[in-house]
Amino acid sequence: MKMTKPGQKRLISNAITYAIVIVAYVLIQILDGSGNLTSSLRGQLVPICAYIVMAVSLNLTVGVLGELSLGHAGFMSLGAFSGVIVSLGLRDTVSAGPLRLLAALLVGAVIAGLFGFIVGVPALRLRGDYLAIVTLAFGEIIKNVINTLYVGIGPDGLRISMSDQASLGLGESGTVIMRGPMGAVGVDKLASFGAGVILVLITLAIVLNLVHSRSGRAIMAVRDNRIAAESVGISITRYKLTAFIISAALAGAAGALYALNYSTVVARKFDFNTSILVLVFVVLGGIGNIRGSIIAAAVLTVLPELLRAFNDYRMLAYAVILILVMLTSNNDRLKQLRWRIRSYFQHSSRRQEAEHE
Amino acid sequence: MNNPAKMVPVPSRAIIPERDLGVTPILEVSHLGINFGGLNAVEDFNIIVGRTEIAGLIGPNGAGKTTVFNLLTKVYQPTRGAILLDGKDTAGMSTMQINQAGIARTFQNIRLFQALSVEDNVKIGLHNQFKYSTLSGILRLPRYWDAERKAREQALELLSIFNMERMASYKAGSLPYGAQRRLEIVRALATRPSLLLLDEPAAGMNPSETEALMANIIKIRDMFQIAIMLIEHDMRLVMGICEGIAVLNYGKIIAKGTPEEIQANPAVIEAYLGQKKEA
Ligand SMILES: Nc1ncnc2c1ncn2[C@@H]1O[C@H](COP(=O)(O)OP(=O)(O)O)[C@@H](O)[C@H]1O
Ligand SMILES: [Mg+2]
Repeated sequence: MKMTKPGQKRLISNAITYAIVIVAYVLIQILDGSGNLTSSLRGQLVPICAYIVMAVSLNLTVGVLGELSLGHAGFMSLGAFSGVIVSLGLRDTVSAGPLRLLAALLVGAVIAGLFGFIVGVPALRLRGDYLAIVTLAFGEIIKNVINTLYVGIGPDGLRISMSDQASLGLGESGTVIMRGPMGAVGVDKLASFGAGVILVLITLAIVLNLVHSRSGRAIMAVRDNRIAAESVGISITRYKLTAFIISAALAGAAGALYALNYSTVVARKFDFNTSILVLVFVVLGGIGNIRGSIIAAAVLTVLPELLRAFNDYRMLAYAVILILVMLTSNNDRLKQLRWRIRSYFQHSSRRQEAEHE
Repeated sequence: MNNPAKMVPVPSRAIIPERDLGVTPILEVSHLGINFGGLNAVEDFNIIVGRTEIAGLIGPNGAGKTTVFNLLTKVYQPTRGAILLDGKDTAGMSTMQINQAGIARTFQNIRLFQALSVEDNVKIGLHNQFKYSTLSGILRLPRYWDAERKAREQALELLSIFNMERMASYKAGSLPYGAQRRLEIVRALATRPSLLLLDEPAAGMNPSETEALMANIIKIRDMFQIAIMLIEHDMRLVMGICEGIAVLNYGKIIAKGTPEEIQANPAVIEAYLGQKKEA
């Protein structure tokens, strides 16, 4: 146990994390400028940023709070579609693209955060792993509901229908934004790599600053020992919700960024597989390890592009890698997660968490 | 050790130190009980603890001592009885509210935040002392810097009670057993309790550590002017520093008194001899 000035090691570690993102950005800009970036890789830059934000935010729930979420893509989806609606809704009033992007990110975050609250209140107040099942259901429900939504902007504002496009009654001048299973169409590609990197840096600042603050310590106290946390006067529900809502809001912003990188967006994109994919980033990068999440998300998003031949087996490969890591890792938190997943599927009785020697 | 306290009988057959007479006792428990699926783990438990008293709760293994602490801190909700803290009823309070009302505790099976540093463990104890919002923390507003600086100073000061300030940056889980027990006491003290509950604080300590702990428990009581109630099997510690002692067997109090009275009590000797191993 070497003596370090308290907090110094942590400051250096955080600085390295920010530096990695900035250096990667500069390197990619140089590569791009010198024409050394393939077009398929260039097309991946914004999605990589979105997935990094997804992974870092999910790590807040899984690693810092210690709860399992299986529906993180649901929050991404909410952010994506509310972001698209906002960006198209502001098309006539706000001409500056970056400003509309900012509005889309903010609204996406707020909507997703709101749903994080709605999902979190019942699920996190209960003792036990209810969050996993509730978020799993939430992700599927969100996907199916968005699949049935028709949204358009007419002369008198926003119109929503769940049956078909005609019932929007937009007339000649209206714009259709969402066409049910066909998703959002005619989206303005407002997102850029630069904006993505800024969102990544803001996400890092939020999560790292939170972790090293009073609330962050309370969240980790709840994770490490619920009874001890309560015994020093910490509200369990409050801090579980705080972490989960911030995590959901960041996923919403990631969704808006992601959606505004394409001309069409479908709800199917944000399904259970995406939730699991992001969970894989978190697990492979190290549960609770923010820098690891960044690297895992970036590498695993680029990898299939680089190894196109394996693309069909991508999910299979992920599953195999995930299982191998889980089996071989000695990480305590991973062991805990493994144990929880197992007991979850065995329908084992809820842990008697109360103090009993 | 210190001068033996003069213990004075008060109504309901309890005794408290003479110096604590005339003020509301910090703790008044009457007819407390809990039932675990037919087993009366604690039954008709009555006790009064004076403002600055060091009280002992002893008894063989499985007698229900830890359960009493869990009832006092509402880890279990009592089936029967009333707990008055500083004269106020604690019915319906949660563990969190009990702490905010003034009871802090340590655990027989240590419950530290293992992965966090020693300093962070104490700062978590200071959660309700130096407050600022989540947003101030994320945005690093002046309130954050101010509260964090104060919390750090206070954490180091509290750690210095046990000469642990140099361990501030160590991981709590990496500390030796005795140090973990001391850290739990510091974390509990950080919440500024008026009643501190210690569940087997000397367990796993060597004789010299126990000796130092005895002095430190008295020092803590004197410094903070609080009441301390402790569960302990080390009779040298119990008889050395406790002013009033209650003996529990099969969930019931079988004796109460000063260390001298307890040592001479036939029912107590019987309860302990009934145990194979010295409990
Ligand atoms: N949560 C619980 N459920 C069932 N029985 C319990 C529980 N907690 C304690 N007990 C039982 O209550 C009795 C007293 O336990 P405890 O208070 O831990 O004893 P002590 O601390 O005096 O050694 C024991 O028989 C124990 O098994
Ligand atoms: Mg016990």
